[in-house]
Amino acid sequence: MSFLSGIRVPHRKNTEGQTATRITEVPSVSIPMQMHIGAPAKPIVKVGDLVKVGTPIAEAGGFVSAPIHASVSGKVVKIADMMTSGGSTVPAVTIESDGEMTPDENLAPPVVNSREELIEAIKQSGIVGLGGAGFPTHVKFNVDPARIEELIINGAECEPYITCDSLAMTSRVDDIETALRALQTHLGIKKIIVGIEANKKAAIASMKELAARIDGMEIKVLPSIYPQGGEKVLVYHTTKKVIPNGKLPIDVGCIVSNCTTIAAIGAYLKTGMPLVEKCITVDGGAVSKPQNVIVPIGTSLEQVFSFCGGFSSEPEKVLYGGPMMGVAVPALDVPVMKQTNAILALTAKEARLPKTTACIRCGSCTNVCPFGLAPASILLAYKKKDVELLEELAVTSCMECGCCSFVCPANRPLVQTNKLSKILIKEEKAKEAKKHE
Amino acid sequence: MSKLLRLSVSPHIHSGRSTSAIMRDVIIALLPATIAGTIIFGWRSLLVLATCVLSCVLFEALFNLIAKKDQTVSDLSAALTGLLLGLNLPANLPLWQCVFGCAFAILLVKCIFGGIGCNLVNPAITARVFMLIAFSSLTKQAFPVIVDTASTATPLAQMADTEAAMPALSDLFLGTTGGAIGETCALALLIGFVYLLVRRVITWHIPVTFVASVFILSFFFEGFDAVRALAAILSGGLLIAAIFMATDYVTSPATAWGKVIFGVGAGIFTVLIRYYGVYPEGVSFGILIMNILTPYIEKWTAHKVFGGTKA
Repeated sequence: MSFLSGIRVPHRKNTEGQTATRITEVPSVSIPMQMHIGAPAKPIVKVGDLVKVGTPIAEAGGFVSAPIHASVSGKVVKIADMMTSGGSTVPAVTIESDGEMTPDENLAPPVVNSREELIEAIKQSGIVGLGGAGFPTHVKFNVDPARIEELIINGAECEPYITCDSLAMTSRVDDIETALRALQTHLGIKKIIVGIEANKKAAIASMKELAARIDGMEIKVLPSIYPQGGEKVLVYHTTKKVIPNGKLPIDVGCIVSNCTTIAAIGAYLKTGMPLVEKCITVDGGAVSKPQNVIVPIGTSLEQVFSFCGGFSSEPEKVLYGGPMMGVAVPALDVPVMKQTNAILALTAKEARLPKTTACIRCGSCTNVCPFGLAPASILLAYKKKDVELLEELAVTSCMECGCCSFVCPANRPLVQTNKLSKILIKEEKAKEAKKHE
Repeated sequence: MSKLLRLSVSPHIHSGRSTSAIMRDVIIALLPATIAGTIIFGWRSLLVLATCVLSCVLFEALFNLIAKKDQTVSDLSAALTGLLLGLNLPANLPLWQCVFGCAFAILLVKCIFGGIGCNLVNPAITARVFMLIAFSSLTKQAFPVIVDTASTATPLAQMADTEAAMPALSDLFLGTTGGAIGETCALALLIGFVYLLVRRVITWHIPVTFVASVFILSFFFEGFDAVRALAAILSGGLLIAAIFMATDYVTSPATAWGKVIFGVGAGIFTVLIRYYGVYPEGVSFGILIMNILTPYIEKWTAHKVFGGTKA
């Protein structure tokens, strides 16, 4: 079996094998209306409203969108714009907790007897892709069942530090089983493949046990090479199918879903409690007590870090997600969101990047790129603003995994330029379209 | 708002690999050959090497100063060029010629093309070819000081004369024959090769295909005599060039298949020049030709993009 290239990253899975602690004593939560790909959700509460855990506070703002629910019980005190880590602004609903965490009494397990009811239930649960991308899950599963050949469960967890997916695979087996049985029954899914990196022994054992109970489910143990959890990489390594540039997994008959997303579906089907809390890995050299915690969505990072003993040293950089693809945040007052899987506080030493020097044409960037792109050439084409050449170099297929920048001995801004190149191509296309109007 | 944190686009960690670390590894890999050369050819070897390293570093520093460019000598590439060029020169070469060769390598081949990463051909190889043509003293090779050598010609010259006795393979392997400071001791060069492979500075592709193609072609040219073919790969500057100069990142292809084409091509040109050319040694010319072809080889062997290029 041939494998796409990639890199060996330091694993630093310091929280491996630990159970998660639930944080309930949160004074307030600020829940942004954009915690998914697509249209922002529309708030349906107003300042002064009393809410309970699970009360809907926002409805889906479009077809590709998801509803949002209160994660604590208490009073809505503010609905105001908040800056996202991407720099744009989005409304956020701030709820002051009454400290009771009272669940909404209207919640009940959904009645699911058909495909449509299952899709609707997933929609009402507010579940989005929890691996980090945040694509609304009900949209992903809402395809012609005849097109689905395999459901691929992403348990690769290839980013350093993060262990919450492994934890879901060992501690939420029942939830995963419930979800898989429902998906099998109502979507007619015949084959389920769980892709897990070889270094996650406990998760592999736990999923293998489950596979013995579920027909058509198998576990694929994959080499611990980053970015094993990249969607196209995972599909190729589990099914040998190549997703063409610009296409989705469903175009080759696959649906890829993160293991935590699957567990969340199961939990909703069993209890009717929508997605209001998230298990995240809190780690990084600056954190006193690295651990996995279950927190109400909307809790500020500051709160979570202080629960984990605060900082043992001054954090230089704080990230949503892993160090390879995570997003740096400007300050600690930003909230934990649905798609947050880790928050990392890195010390100056961990976050130190070498000086950028001249390219020595060593070829490392192209040799480690899982997709065989040529980042060094893309950088030159971007400098010349040569859109035609950028398209020829297939920069649009870049998944932004960052292997190229990680290995570059001259620390050149390779994946960073790939991102800029994609924006440049988009802008040029928009300009072209305008001209033709 | 709380205290502001540092922002940057991912990735937020780095492998720690750097240009200077790579250059330092190559310099370390050349130390066995440096030591062997000094033992075989005497203390004057060190004088030649020191002159080359110092003048290369100095020329690059001066160029950067005058051209108002960022200082780059700390990346160690100039020092490496000096060491490589020095190891490719005979121990008895006049020092002013060494300085001249270094000026050629650093100023004309590297700096005016834009410095590290921008040169079209390998500075050390090109300077060696230039010196070979410009200074007749380069063809008068030095002879070992540690053995009482009876021969008056270098192994390659000896082999060209089919009447003469073959140099002993053991002498070729240990380097106790005539030649440039760093090129004769195959054992020392192979130790360096293993070090570079272990440290993942280079891959096997270029050295192995280069040396293998020289061996196979020499086998034919030497009338299917395996011993003489073996002598052919152990003599001249083949090993040092194949391991340390043909593998220069800047002037060789980055792809595995590109490296194979480069190695085989350099091997073919080396043998053709050895047997039909005016000069006894064709290694430098072989690499130079492939340096020039490198951009095309890279284009031909570019990776196929996973999922296709069409969006």
